[in-house]
Amino acid sequence: MTTAPAAPADPAGPADPLQQHFDDTIARDQRVEPRDWMPDGYRRTLVRQIAQHAHSEIIGMQPEGDWITRAPSLRRKAILFAKVQDEAGHGLYLYSAAETLGADRADLTQRLIEGRQKYSSIFNYPAETFADVGVIGWFVDGAAICNQVPLCRSSYGPYARAMVRVCKEESFHQRQGYELLLTMMAGTEAQRAMVQEAVDRWWWPSLMMFGPPDGDSPNSAQSTAWKIKRHSNDELRQRFVDMTVPQAERLGVALPDPELRWNEERGRHDFGTPDWTELQRVISGDGPRNAERVSRRRAAHEEGAWVREAAAAHAAKQAQRREEGAPA
Amino acid sequence: MSNPDWPLYEVFVRGKRGLNHVHVGSLHAADDRMALTHARDLYTRRNEGVSIWVVRSSAITASTPDEKDPFFAPSGDKVYRHPTFYDIPADVPHI
Repeated sequence: MTTAPAAPADPAGPADPLQQHFDDTIARDQRVEPRDWMPDGYRRTLVRQIAQHAHSEIIGMQPEGDWITRAPSLRRKAILFAKVQDEAGHGLYLYSAAETLGADRADLTQRLIEGRQKYSSIFNYPAETFADVGVIGWFVDGAAICNQVPLCRSSYGPYARAMVRVCKEESFHQRQGYELLLTMMAGTEAQRAMVQEAVDRWWWPSLMMFGPPDGDSPNSAQSTAWKIKRHSNDELRQRFVDMTVPQAERLGVALPDPELRWNEERGRHDFGTPDWTELQRVISGDGPRNAERVSRRRAAHEEGAWVREAAAAHAAKQAQRREEGAPA
Repeated sequence: MSNPDWPLYEVFVRGKRGLNHVHVGSLHAADDRMALTHARDLYTRRNEGVSIWVVRSSAITASTPDEKDPFFAPSGDKVYRHPTFYDIPADVPHI
């Protein structure tokens, strides 16, 4: 088994061969794997980030899940089912990655339902109409793709591999949303208005998904040095805007930002500043749906307890029968 | 979603006939059979597999990173195990 070598006086100093090996791995752009030595800060940062990411996927099932029973056609219902099931899957890939760092899955769930760990602020907004389902796919999953594609090259192997799986599936999420909106835009005046209203509701919260501005993002520099994070919040936000503007034009909706315009010199779009006090408020628990999201997750967990217990009892009984030699 | 009493399983999927099973991740399940059906639902929602293995994580024996150097050292100094070790004149065909 592993025997921990004696800790040197200065664990971060150049004399520490473990630290040196870790630093070299990062410098060579190689992946850190679960059983490698890694600095405590690196492990803690990853557990926090991966857990938050997993929680976001799990809570993210709720805004759209609300519409499964009210989808306007069997086709849309089947699509929505598949998408929400994918979100559950993404949460589980990520919990699996967090466990490779020594985190305990049941403990992570507990932290979520006790409000001790956060999830993406975006899922604290309600999906008011079916157009919101489309806009969530287009904006929220589009923003998630911007965030997650670089994470496929994150320095921690299991996280990067989980992201590869997630990104393959997100593409369907974004496309189904955009297609839904195209369909509505080809409908009645009322349907087009519904799409525009949903766009107005989700645009700014979607820009906030990338986190606070770079000057106000205390953990970013270290995460970038560790190559957990590959691009700054502002850079990813800019990419999302540049990617989305032509899609909005093609769809025939207006993005609700009077400052949004093409900047010839930069070769990118200029855009307005999100309301950062709103982001702070939603992150600290005072968004439109925070309490409901967490209490629903808690209810699902508690109401499912008897199923988990029954399955465990059944497994124990089967194991005992096998031991006694009786037919299972 | 998970339970402290449900053990952790590692999941291996054969993508298609002719390929090896490859490790894809882990999950919790009450028993082997549930681990298989969960693995199907979680890791093969889009025909990613034709065969799945699940094994309790506790049953896996792995080399440890600390043993890295001495453990893999025996293969490090045997360059004669590689075809490039041998000089063959350029005009010898098919070798």
